[in-house]
Amino acid sequence: MPEGLRVALVIAAKDIRAELRSRTALLSAIVFAALVLVIFNFARDPTVLSATDLAPSALWVTFSFAAMVAMNRAFTVEREHGALDGLLLAPVSRGALFAGKVLANLAFVGAVEAIALPLFVLFFNVDLTRALPGIVATAALATIGFVAVGTIFGAMAVRTRFAELMLPVLLLPFMVPPLIGAVQVTSRLLAERPLSEMWGWLRLLALYDIGFVTLAALSFAFVVDE
Amino acid sequence: MTAIARPPTLDQARAVTRRGLAMSAVALVGIAGACVLALGFTPTEARQGLAQKIFYLHVPAAWSALLAFSLVGVAGALYLWLEDSRLDRFSAASAEVGVAFAAVMLTTGPIWAKPIWGTWWTWDARLTLTLFLFFLFVGYLALRAAIHDRQERARFSAVLGIMGLLLVPFVHLSVYLFRTLHPQPIVLKPSAPSLPWEMLRTLLVSTVMFTLLYVGYVTTRYGIGLAADAREHRDAD
Repeated sequence: MPEGLRVALVIAAKDIRAELRSRTALLSAIVFAALVLVIFNFARDPTVLSATDLAPSALWVTFSFAAMVAMNRAFTVEREHGALDGLLLAPVSRGALFAGKVLANLAFVGAVEAIALPLFVLFFNVDLTRALPGIVATAALATIGFVAVGTIFGAMAVRTRFAELMLPVLLLPFMVPPLIGAVQVTSRLLAERPLSEMWGWLRLLALYDIGFVTLAALSFAFVVDE
Repeated sequence: MTAIARPPTLDQARAVTRRGLAMSAVALVGIAGACVLALGFTPTEARQGLAQKIFYLHVPAAWSALLAFSLVGVAGALYLWLEDSRLDRFSAASAEVGVAFAAVMLTTGPIWAKPIWGTWWTWDARLTLTLFLFFLFVGYLALRAAIHDRQERARFSAVLGIMGLLLVPFVHLSVYLFRTLHPQPIVLKPSAPSLPWEMLRTLLVSTVMFTLLYVGYVTTRYGIGLAADAREHRDAD
């Protein structure tokens, strides 16, 4: 296994282990996601808007808010007791460090999404038997890109005043293209439209992933190094 | 490693600010001229009537805002390479001025949209994404305000500026994917501009003046930044 990948996996494993021991961030993100889904149901007038019309947007608003809560923790935990300085002193490449942090964040956001999805099916009464593989693939495609951006902004936000507010303010504009794309694909999947109608959006999501993962990886060193 | 530039003096700052104010004044007179040209000497669009005249402010303001935001990204990339504090000062100035032009674009747009589309605002892809670009640069200014350390602020905002630059092509890409109300490009497109000459002329005059206004405002703001740095140095000595 290449050295960089090994380091990235070690860092991701450290983050996941630390989180599994306390479980606070993960649990609150999951409860948060469930609450957003419940609120969405109450914010809808059932005589005007059917649950299926609102379903794709509700799913993606929930995913993105919950992702924000989950990603806020990646660097706030490192700030305590100067843990980030220790991590930066370790003789590992910044690229591997970034990859490790992205992998850990992907694990968290993925876990929150995996738990929110069944709740979504339950609350919104949608039939996912046919669309499930497509929705999982779309979620993965959309999540990778904004998690990469969120990881680098998290590293920046933690060094500012109002860190918890700064991450959403910086990240939300960048979530718009993947969010629009994911909502468009999801609603077509739920309506069982042919793949050709989603192809353009899927390409947009893939391009976004390639562009922003590369750029975030390249600029990460400028954010963490003094 | 930081390029040590000599700290600016207040006199330098004053000279730069004055130059910026002079350019802005010329540009504002020019824009007033462009309005006269648009109202008095340009044919009225056949179907939209007088409402279309706002085109000569809306499009140049949008051009200046996008120019400003793009240059923030370019200057950010150059900053990470050269670490020259002048580039950071320019980025800060350009972002602030860009937000002002974006505000003009986002107010003239709905004024135009109401009589023509019948609605102030529509969640069309280009409107939505330019709005978020506006928010992005408001966030950029908020980020700058929330960091005390000068070099950290410069590096962080450079990274954010570059990210913003990459967001712009996605803005454009999604326009072609989303069904859209917003007119498709009529000047900057592969084939020849499909605008009558008189309208194109007025648009060009207005765009040149808005670009000059951008340069004037940025120069002024840059001079103010210089003055702030000069005072900081003087107080530190």
